[in-house]
Amino acid sequence: MSQATLQRAPEAAGATESPAVRLRDVTVRFTTERGAVTALDRISMTVAQGGFLTLLGPSGCGKSTLLRVAADLIPPTSGDVEVMGTSASAARAARDIGFVFQDASLLAWRTALENVELPLEVGGGAKRRGARSPRELLALVGLSGREHAYPHELSGGMRQRVAIARALVNDPKLLLMDEPFGALDEITRDRLNVELLRVWESTGATILFVTHSIYEATFLGQQVLLMAARPGRVREIVDVPLPSPRGVEQRETREFVELTSHLRRVLETC
Amino acid sequence: MSAPALTQTETSDAFVSDEGAREEFIAAARSAAWRRRLLPVGAAILMLVLWQFAVVVFHVRPFIAPAPTAVMGVLYSKFGLLIGNLAPTATEAVAGFVIGNAAAIVIATAFVYQRTAEEAFFPIAVMVHTIPVMAYAPILVLLLGNGLSAKVAIAALICFFPTLVNMTRGLRAVSQQQKELMRILSASPSEIFFKLRLKCSLPYLFAALKIAAATSVIGAIVGEWIGATTGIGALIIQATYNFDSPLLYATIVVGSAFSAAFFGVISWLESHFLKWNVAETG
Repeated sequence: MSQATLQRAPEAAGATESPAVRLRDVTVRFTTERGAVTALDRISMTVAQGGFLTLLGPSGCGKSTLLRVAADLIPPTSGDVEVMGTSASAARAARDIGFVFQDASLLAWRTALENVELPLEVGGGAKRRGARSPRELLALVGLSGREHAYPHELSGGMRQRVAIARALVNDPKLLLMDEPFGALDEITRDRLNVELLRVWESTGATILFVTHSIYEATFLGQQVLLMAARPGRVREIVDVPLPSPRGVEQRETREFVELTSHLRRVLETC
Repeated sequence: MSAPALTQTETSDAFVSDEGAREEFIAAARSAAWRRRLLPVGAAILMLVLWQFAVVVFHVRPFIAPAPTAVMGVLYSKFGLLIGNLAPTATEAVAGFVIGNAAAIVIATAFVYQRTAEEAFFPIAVMVHTIPVMAYAPILVLLLGNGLSAKVAIAALICFFPTLVNMTRGLRAVSQQQKELMRILSASPSEIFFKLRLKCSLPYLFAALKIAAATSVIGAIVGEWIGATTGIGALIIQATYNFDSPLLYATIVVGSAFSAAFFGVISWLESHFLKWNVAETG
């Protein structure tokens, strides 16, 4: 059984606040043609509000499954899930959860602006309008002037920016990101990493970010949750004591290099 | 603390405004478009000239194969007769098109939401589809009589299957992540249908409707062959029995002109409603 508690910097976390995510003994089993697969094996963990946690691990370690359990997309086979002090489904219904997929999943027949407006049009989302308008969110992710472009007219990086703006439109307290920059080239990915940190600081949301990249995990996270595969379990939690605001140049500091080489060594045993 | 609006640098700098190059690009695209339009027209005119030439040189008798000028003469002199016979055929084709496609769309929707219905009825639809139109047309005439309804039914049946198959596929062409997105947003089943599935299916639907535009006219004409006193199909039969080849050819020209116009209307609707679909409009 894995036990983990993740805290934001002490001054940011209020003592009475419920955690953003709490998992107790969560197990997820799938039945496939090859037999039963244990995607998550009795995971218990707590993520404090306002934190930025990156989930790192080899393919099949259950990182995406963990994210989908927190988003009420996959029901746990056993165990207990709490999001923002309530059940995951209640948090989803209250639009406390935003989700960004690996593929931007924009609707091809809607312009950038109309895609960002989608959450306000379905599922009673109009009642939970966030502080920023869809236009302001597109400006926040650097897409002013491209509001009326269709997805096929945008680059992969721009599409992912639209997806991030869409996920923020109801001011979610928890933002779940499943390898959002995994399909992008490294230059675009670096740029979006820096911008995501700024978005995080300006929204105050808790972010859980799944990635395959050791550098991305270290650069973005306040903590890195290392997962091991077969069965999916928490291997180690590594604090990232890098100062903020973070810039790409920090990747060349000795601390950063030491952290990534440690993560790499642990990953080799996962 | 609020972060400053992030400046967009990603690819926009690569397209520096250059009016000259832009005009050149547009001019090249325009000339390519004209080329695409004019080449087939030129080829058609060339073939008509060769045909006329062959009829005159080899003294082909008019009832074997009429000269294009003779066909054009009939198109002019019997225009009223031709249009009078086009009207019922067009009515049957359009009515069959609407009924057949509407039924296909409704049944495809039922298939997508009720797997059991699909498993039970799809093989039957395939079986019916394998029956040639010439074989089931008399059956429908016996069932529905010699009037308009039998022809409409034949046109509807011929449209039905391609639309059913395409629409079922189109309604299922929703990605797993799009479905998850709608669940995250707690979207209702009707929101998922109208805002996601239906839109996803439109490119598939229009592909089927373009096929149906042409086949519905075929269905109506075949229906008229079985038994009708007016219509393009009836006129084809009459002209053939009377060895009136110029009229026969003129009738065919009118029928296919209507088919092409019908196809054109559907294509225009497609480009109007699917501006976002780069594969179709690009």
